[in-house]
Amino acid sequence: MIGFLLKGIIRDRSRSLFPFLTVSLGVMLTVFLYCYINGLETNFIDSTARYASGHVKIMTRSYAAEADQIPNDLAYIGVNSLLEELSHQYPELIWTPRIRFAGLLDVPDEVGETKIQGPISGIALDLFNPESPEYSIFDLKRALVAGRLPEKMGEALLSADLAQTMDLKPGDKVTLISSTMDGSLAVANFTITGFIRFGITALDRGAMIADLRDIQQALDMEDAAGEILGFYKNFVYRDKEATLLAQNFNDRYKDDKDEFAPLMLTLKKQSGLAELLGMMNLFSSVLVLIFVVAMAIVLWNAGLMGSLRRYGEIGVRLAMGEDKGHLYRSLLIESAIIGFLGSLAGTALGLAVSYYLQAHGIDISSLMKSSSLLVVEVLRTKVTAFSYFIGFIPGVGASLLGTAISGLGVYRRQTSVLMKELEG
Amino acid sequence: MRKGEILIETKDLVKIYPMGRHELVALNRVNLIFRKGEFAGLVGPSGSGKTTLLNIIGSLDLPTSGSAVVMERRVEELSHKEAARLRNEHIGFIFQTFNLLPYYTAYENVEFPLLLLKVSASERRRRVMEALDWVRLADRASSRPAQLSGGECQRVAIARAIVKQPAIILADEPTANLDAENSHNILQIMAELNHELGTTFIFATHDEKVISYLKRKITLFDGRVVKDEIIS
Ligand SMILES: Nc1ncnc2c1ncn2[C@@H]1O[C@H](COP(=O)(O)OP(=O)(O)OP(=O)(O)O)[C@@H](O)[C@H]1O
Ligand SMILES: [Mg+2]
Repeated sequence: MIGFLLKGIIRDRSRSLFPFLTVSLGVMLTVFLYCYINGLETNFIDSTARYASGHVKIMTRSYAAEADQIPNDLAYIGVNSLLEELSHQYPELIWTPRIRFAGLLDVPDEVGETKIQGPISGIALDLFNPESPEYSIFDLKRALVAGRLPEKMGEALLSADLAQTMDLKPGDKVTLISSTMDGSLAVANFTITGFIRFGITALDRGAMIADLRDIQQALDMEDAAGEILGFYKNFVYRDKEATLLAQNFNDRYKDDKDEFAPLMLTLKKQSGLAELLGMMNLFSSVLVLIFVVAMAIVLWNAGLMGSLRRYGEIGVRLAMGEDKGHLYRSLLIESAIIGFLGSLAGTALGLAVSYYLQAHGIDISSLMKSSSLLVVEVLRTKVTAFSYFIGFIPGVGASLLGTAISGLGVYRRQTSVLMKELEG
Repeated sequence: MRKGEILIETKDLVKIYPMGRHELVALNRVNLIFRKGEFAGLVGPSGSGKTTLLNIIGSLDLPTSGSAVVMERRVEELSHKEAARLRNEHIGFIFQTFNLLPYYTAYENVEFPLLLLKVSASERRRRVMEALDWVRLADRASSRPAQLSGGECQRVAIARAIVKQPAIILADEPTANLDAENSHNILQIMAELNHELGTTFIFATHDEKVISYLKRKITLFDGRVVKDEIIS
């Protein structure tokens, strides 16, 4: 019987081609969008980890409570010994301290008067330690668009956008005006050796990158840092592992009532990322559902038209003594076969597009102009194992659903009426 | 003459179609008996109820009242499934418009009823070829209906009706779309089948050519049997 159905599907193109194409198209879009969301999510996690949260981050409890305001007065003191301890306790991670700071950048003219001033938000990194992972985490070599990287203390990098608005050249001297850890005025001079662009709008808007020890000195933060970031050495974030790690670390301080005791937070726990990722997952599921429903409606209609055209065949088969249930099931099997083949083709196409964009990416910088999210401007899809299967849910599902509804006509009509329509 | 076992018996068969406020009486108290081996025809003007009667006998339709017993089953009491089984096992249909499945070859069209009966592959092959031999189309087994003439299509339809060797074949205007030569051709085939296999044929027809082959002629008028004659 399956052979009989297959012959019909293959020979009667007008029966199978439209549903096949509909399913292929829908499945292709589903697979592509799924990979797109995947890419978005991966990309988002990756850049959030690199530039802001680490895979885990240690702050003092009170710093963590107000982390958005960069409260350097609440920074952790005793960084060096903590780092020592961390690298023994958790050798599977790389640990690196950072200080985020905000302030004004003052550009003097030849006589030392203020020529131009602008707000900056800076990150102090461990730049001159040969074991520092920051060069590769920030990929500074690639981000550098003019000048050179800092080589000694007193040198810093500035965002290329900011440098342009402040009319700076590599090698220019600037003054950073900020506040020290205990709240008094901090002033420090820097030579801007180069300009950088990360391709992340939120980061490029007013960024300054300086050495950790320079900023520690400037802000009076001896042996202190706002944040200590931990990264898994393979650079893959696994939430379960990170959560266990954070729990383990925090348990050691649970009897310590000090508000300056260290607190470890995972990437997901920071800055509402959990909600965002949850939303993305929800979005994926809603997407699949929408495609199931939309395709099912299209296929239902196609099925209705198809069965109008096939009343003759249906009438004859009933007259030959085929039972209605058997006929209905055979219509379902037929649509499952078409749905499966359509899903196969759609998945292949969707994966092809996704693999291409995984390798080449699309530039979405124009969409991200005013965004404060840490998303890189070249968006890449990401193909995962599940990408190979997800299309079959709407593909076969919608095909079956569409036929299940349209095929009910077989039951509703009296056999003799079907016959009459076939005579006419 | 009337000796064979009774295959079909109708008792006070009535079929009424509602027509808005009125009713249309398509069959009015029809009492008929058909025995094994008959070669009978329902004749009468258009609208006299010939097709309606064949449909009820073939369990494609239900009577409004009265009963029809076909192969010892009361068709008005059969479920869809049981009606399908009755058609599948005992009744072959031949239609005015042939009604072959257009995407299947002659061979596959004839094979279809055997697929429903779950006959084994080798047995199917033997019986399909035998049926095609009967209608002298064995050499066209792999042609599709579009590649066959009207007469050839109707012969395939006959092969499809007889392949399962049913007790009864119901043929509604089987010659209406055929020319004289083809009409005689298929009538001869059917007469042979009736003679050699003892298959019971019931026609609905206006065609004089068909009537000339009949062994029994039943005349309907306004849903009533007005004449029932044996032709020798
Ligand atoms: N489904 C239906 N609904 C309403 N009326 C019907 C239906 N089927 C048949 N009729 C009517 O019942 C009557 C008998 O119809 P039937 O088809 O049995 O006639 P017939 O003898 O086969 O005619 P013809 O020689 O034209 O084929 C006709 O008046 C027809 O209009
Ligand atoms: Mg008729």
